[in-house]
Amino acid sequence: MSLRELTADDIESLAVGAWVLGTGGGGNPYLPLLNMRLLYREGHRVQLMDATDLDDEDWVGTVANMGAPLVGQERLTDSLTLARAVSVMERHIGRRFAALMSMEIGGANGVRPLMAAAHLKRPVVDSDTMGRAYPEAQMTSVSVGGLTPCPLTAVDVRGFESIVHKVPTWKWAERVARKICVEYGSVAATCQPPRTGAEVKKWGIHGTTTKAIAIGAAVREAQRRHDDPVAAILSVEPGKLLYTGKVIDVARRATEGFLRGVVRFDGLDAWRGSAMTINFQNEWIVAWRDDEAIAMTPDLICVLDAVSGEAVGSETIRYGQRVTVIALPPPPVFLSEAGLHHVGPRAFGYDLDFRSVFSS
Amino acid sequence: MRRIGIDVGGTNTDAVLIEDGKVVRAVKAPTSEDVTTGILDSLKSLGLTGVVGTKRIDGVMIGTTHFINAVVQRRHLSKVAALRLGMPASASLPPFCDWPEDLAALVRGGVWMVEGGHEYDGRPFMPLDEAAVTKAAQEMKAMGLRAVGISSIFSPLDPSHERRAAELVLAVIPDAAITCSSDLGRIGLLERENAGLLNAALADLSRDTIAAFEKAIRESGLAAPLFITQNDGTVAEARQARRLPVYSFASGATNSMRGAAYLSGLSDAMVIDVGGTTTDVGQLKLGFPREANSVVKVGGVRTLFRMPDLLSIGLGGGSHVMLDPLKVGPLSVGYRLLKEGVAFGGSQLTTTDIAVASGVLQLGDRKKVAHLDAAACRQVFAESARLAEEAIDRMKTEAGDVPLIAVGGGAFLIPEKLAGVSQVIHVEHGDCANAVGAAIAQVSGECDQIFKDMTRVEAIAAARDIANDRAVASGADRASLQTIESEDMPLAYLPGNSVRVRVRVVGDVAASA
Repeated sequence: MSLRELTADDIESLAVGAWVLGTGGGGNPYLPLLNMRLLYREGHRVQLMDATDLDDEDWVGTVANMGAPLVGQERLTDSLTLARAVSVMERHIGRRFAALMSMEIGGANGVRPLMAAAHLKRPVVDSDTMGRAYPEAQMTSVSVGGLTPCPLTAVDVRGFESIVHKVPTWKWAERVARKICVEYGSVAATCQPPRTGAEVKKWGIHGTTTKAIAIGAAVREAQRRHDDPVAAILSVEPGKLLYTGKVIDVARRATEGFLRGVVRFDGLDAWRGSAMTINFQNEWIVAWRDDEAIAMTPDLICVLDAVSGEAVGSETIRYGQRVTVIALPPPPVFLSEAGLHHVGPRAFGYDLDFRSVFSS
Repeated sequence: MRRIGIDVGGTNTDAVLIEDGKVVRAVKAPTSEDVTTGILDSLKSLGLTGVVGTKRIDGVMIGTTHFINAVVQRRHLSKVAALRLGMPASASLPPFCDWPEDLAALVRGGVWMVEGGHEYDGRPFMPLDEAAVTKAAQEMKAMGLRAVGISSIFSPLDPSHERRAAELVLAVIPDAAITCSSDLGRIGLLERENAGLLNAALADLSRDTIAAFEKAIRESGLAAPLFITQNDGTVAEARQARRLPVYSFASGATNSMRGAAYLSGLSDAMVIDVGGTTTDVGQLKLGFPREANSVVKVGGVRTLFRMPDLLSIGLGGGSHVMLDPLKVGPLSVGYRLLKEGVAFGGSQLTTTDIAVASGVLQLGDRKKVAHLDAAACRQVFAESARLAEEAIDRMKTEAGDVPLIAVGGGAFLIPEKLAGVSQVIHVEHGDCANAVGAAIAQVSGECDQIFKDMTRVEAIAAARDIANDRAVASGADRASLQTIESEDMPLAYLPGNSVRVRVRVVGDVAASA
């Protein structure tokens, strides 16, 4: 089994790249990054491994935080609590995890497994279950694969430990876990249902931590050289440039625990005179150019600051920002009928047949 | 009503006298190394011009960069004890964890984290561990720490744990200078805590600086109360401002915008303030600058408190000019303009030289810039206009053309027509807009607390009464008070119909008796 030690610089890049893969949601990785800087300063190190190096019989723990972004600004993401969510799961199932994994590479959860791994001294698998960020727990590759949706542990920093022992579906897992999370104060560290090495190899979305690091490194290098950071992303990822423009209107509403809304753009440069509209539900869901839907989930729609190349989130995007919109290819697992059922445009209420930016 | 407004900028200390709503006199003096001398000089020169004479002055309002400069330059800062109430949450990110190393090394006197704090819905997160607070205070005392920053989880919602902890610390360290984060901020523990720690670090400087301002006023022979201008365009009486110096961080920019509103008579407009090195663009709403709703870095520290939302670009009267290829800024000769500019015998071509060559400004020696041809000059003006247009466009919150007020010493760079602008307004005394903004500043009062067993209407009325009393205590004229912000939030988990109400009122400075 070959392990690769992540450097402090890799993790700085990971935070930038994970935010890009957050496609507008997933939360800014700043606080997890801050945790990692302190852990590295104390001498902790994290190893990355490929899924192919897992034994079929190995057990893998999937780490994520759940909760309201507002609460995360006061009850700051805590590394030992994430580690405890994993330990509680190990105690519950009576097995030791060979490695940890990210549920969601996009946004803050792309960095959080490293926080647990630093304390528990386990490697992190270079895979996740979304390849981006999505708003709900059933929007994962393991859910598309029909793998068991339980048990799940949710812990609170004060020492509370809850286990969702049995639920029939991923949607039920999401509903029950969400209730626990709200009672805790709308933030919980979770260990998602345990996976075997065989399951991770079959249903994981692979190479995503490496991908996020590569994207982040490209952006940071371009910033240092005063080069075009968006071009730098497109040089390391087979993405497509969709649009360059300026935000002219943002309409947001908080409904059912989600931030929904629409952003309108006016074109700049080659897109002068052409309008773009992007709908979001935490993440960017459908992009329309001159009333034609040109990109939609599960394609990754990334809105980037045109100057810095860093991602712009749906919570903070505002009038006047100059942005470049790119699309990145979706994880293939979401392109199947079952995949599109979970995360295609209709899963978000848009009566559109999925057509990929990358199919033509 | 006679007031003196003073703005201490990086280059000049400007002073104006306002009498019955009109600018009677405006003077500029170079900013002195110690800042205070410059203020005294400008007061004296204002007095020597004959218009102050024996007339009564109702107030002297000073806007100063003293405190923000102390942070940026890492000077005159005290060691601070950080006391955070919120354990066991957030333990992996302790106070000072995201400060630049050099600043943390200067300011961090010690860190104590104890149980306490609240939830987002007002429930207690953990009971306050009073014994641990007292023990922490004893340790601070043993270490000789006097400046204390107290922060608590969700304290903007419920500050009771911070207040109680402050009492406990004072019982052990009677002369402690305590900053509670709930006095400063909004949701965002690290950023609010950072603002509180910076404030605590400035406690001694604030006390000394304001004492020196008071001395300067006494020595100038004025018997007027001293007010310090705040980030939000209001003033606080010196003894109040002394407690919260971080509230003065961005007052220079705010004063410019408020001065622009006053001089132009407009309350809703864009403002462009062109200085020597940078240009600030902001937006006036109801006569006050729009506030930033995101993180603001001060001296490398992330903070989150009320600051005007500004975009700064590297364009000004001292900006370097390159003709081939054409480039204006962001480098600037700054205060060395009168030595290094071509029209003044120097060798660095600047935007001011272009204005002199074009006859827009009568400064220096026009013969020295006679070699610059008219077409080249037009191109430089066009490039400056393009930079300004882009900045204005970025700061607008809605599409459509808006009026623009151009102020500051470099306002000559702003042409009469700009894309996205309905009308460009140049005003008399625009080069002293900042001092004008200080002179006209109003006094505010705020109430932000939880009310129980009241209807919503009763709670809002009670909050307004408290805010009004506080504004009057800060020097406001009660009859002129107006409510400018009012928001309320029910706290479902607290007993007895609890509601958190925040009300802010502003009013004119009361005439001195």
